[in-house]
Amino acid sequence: MGAQILFFLCAALILISAIMVVTVRNLIHAALWLIATLFGAALLYASLDASFIAVVQVVVYIGAIAIMFIFAVMLTRRELLIKTDQTNANWPLALGLSAVMLVALGYVIGGFGVTLNTTPAAIPAGVDPLTLLGKALLAPEAYVLPFEVASVLLLAAMVGAVYVAMNKK
Amino acid sequence: MNFWTDPIKLAFDGLMGLFSSWGMAADAAAVVINLLGIVGLISAVMVLDILLVWVERKVVARFQDRLGPNRVGPWGILQPFPDIIKLILKEDITPAGADKVAFNLAPILSLGSVLFLWAVVPLAATIYGVDLNVGLLYLVAAGAVGTLSIIMAGWSSNNKYALVGAYRMVANMISYEIPMVVALLIPTMLAGTMSIKGISDFQLEHGLFFFLTPLGALLFLISAIAELGRSPFDLNEGESEIVAGFHIEYSGMKFGLFYAGELLHAFTFGAFVGVLFFGGYAFPLPWGATNAFVAVFNVLFKGMVFYWVIMWVKYTVPRIRIDHMLAFNWKFLVPVSFTLLMVTAIFHSLLKDTGFWPYTLGMFLVNLIFGWLLLEMLRSRGRAEREQAEAPSTAAQAAHH
Repeated sequence: MGAQILFFLCAALILISAIMVVTVRNLIHAALWLIATLFGAALLYASLDASFIAVVQVVVYIGAIAIMFIFAVMLTRRELLIKTDQTNANWPLALGLSAVMLVALGYVIGGFGVTLNTTPAAIPAGVDPLTLLGKALLAPEAYVLPFEVASVLLLAAMVGAVYVAMNKK
Repeated sequence: MNFWTDPIKLAFDGLMGLFSSWGMAADAAAVVINLLGIVGLISAVMVLDILLVWVERKVVARFQDRLGPNRVGPWGILQPFPDIIKLILKEDITPAGADKVAFNLAPILSLGSVLFLWAVVPLAATIYGVDLNVGLLYLVAAGAVGTLSIIMAGWSSNNKYALVGAYRMVANMISYEIPMVVALLIPTMLAGTMSIKGISDFQLEHGLFFFLTPLGALLFLISAIAELGRSPFDLNEGESEIVAGFHIEYSGMKFGLFYAGELLHAFTFGAFVGVLFFGGYAFPLPWGATNAFVAVFNVLFKGMVFYWVIMWVKYTVPRIRIDHMLAFNWKFLVPVSFTLLMVTAIFHSLLKDTGFWPYTLGMFLVNLIFGWLLLEMLRSRGRAEREQAEAPSTAAQAAHH
């Protein structure tokens, strides 16, 4: 029961702050609400015993990406308030697509046969999920190829960023 | 399980018995007792923080050949209390045009990011908040919250000096996070776990990590000082250019929270140096392995020693310019930390099965050689730069004659 209460609290935090992200007119406030959303997701991961994902969520998304957002907004925009309309002519279409997506997700999740009283399966004693994750990321029969490809992609992006920012003589 | 090895368990069982006799359900009682434990730990840390105000001022005074606080109480030890009264009585000002919510949230998050850290410090074999299997990453995540609090404080103050101070501090913290994470990877690799308690226990059996990776310890200390924003990395403050940096607009107890957070942060990182590289709770007094009180003394003692080292650096080294600071990080510390990580990984896997003495001496020797090569490279680089800088002037002199 406690886990369900925690889930609904996290879900409320995520949803309310997500709505605030897209509705507030001050861009820095939007970024701060985005941080609240990301923190709620981290709480959700932590409540599901995914401690590694939870901590990485905070380190990467709050510690790096959200801070970069704030920097970019502060350094590039003269006016922090958005005075134009926040929606464009496509909003009914977007609303319709979102509704279809909601129904589809609800259908899929309903198919799992999970009710509000379902308790999560316990992690067996002596199994460290973190060790398993680390080994899986570097095992040739598991995910070493996607892991390395993603690393090379990030490296390429970094080299590109340095090249773009480089002071060419 | 008796009083000396596990006082927390004893207190838990005692309170559990008491609450059960009042007719409280076991689950609810456990939640209440855990909350009491959290409040107790935070209160203990904050009381220690009050003492740190006095320690800091007294030690600075000695470094600067002064007496320091000496009026209130013996050796001025009660000085923090008049300080607190002053902070509480000061007018609490929120500047016009400030963003109220962010302005008031920032000092709380700042102190909170430090208090979070105490959840994972293993004070003894049986006294710790939680034994996270991602403890070291949690340390970095708490730092991310600290970064956030600084940018919030700087932006919401509606003051350009505060904003410039926050920019500098955040650039500093984000940059030095990288060598810090790499330095934390070294004990992770040596112990085979990210759990801080696991690392602490591992050193109990296999010797202090300081002897296996003295350069890793030094790297962690340097990046910790940078993360703290203390001299020589205190670019967030500068009386002649941006005054007090990101907390310029804060008065009274809100400033007090930033100040308390900074002092406690320094002490906390001192404790982490002690726990990660100097044997956790069982060194220097080996009874710490079985006696919880000796263990807490060990951790706090080492925390104080390394807090003293951080102060020693702060009050000895002058501050450096921001471009030097960033260049030092990106062109020196980051490459050095990655190289050190690779060297340590290679020699760890080569030597780990050779027994205690060959392994320890081998790793220590590898670090010595690495450090020596590094110094030689720096020296030849410095010489080359000096010659380059002096060359045009000698040419001009030759032309003049």
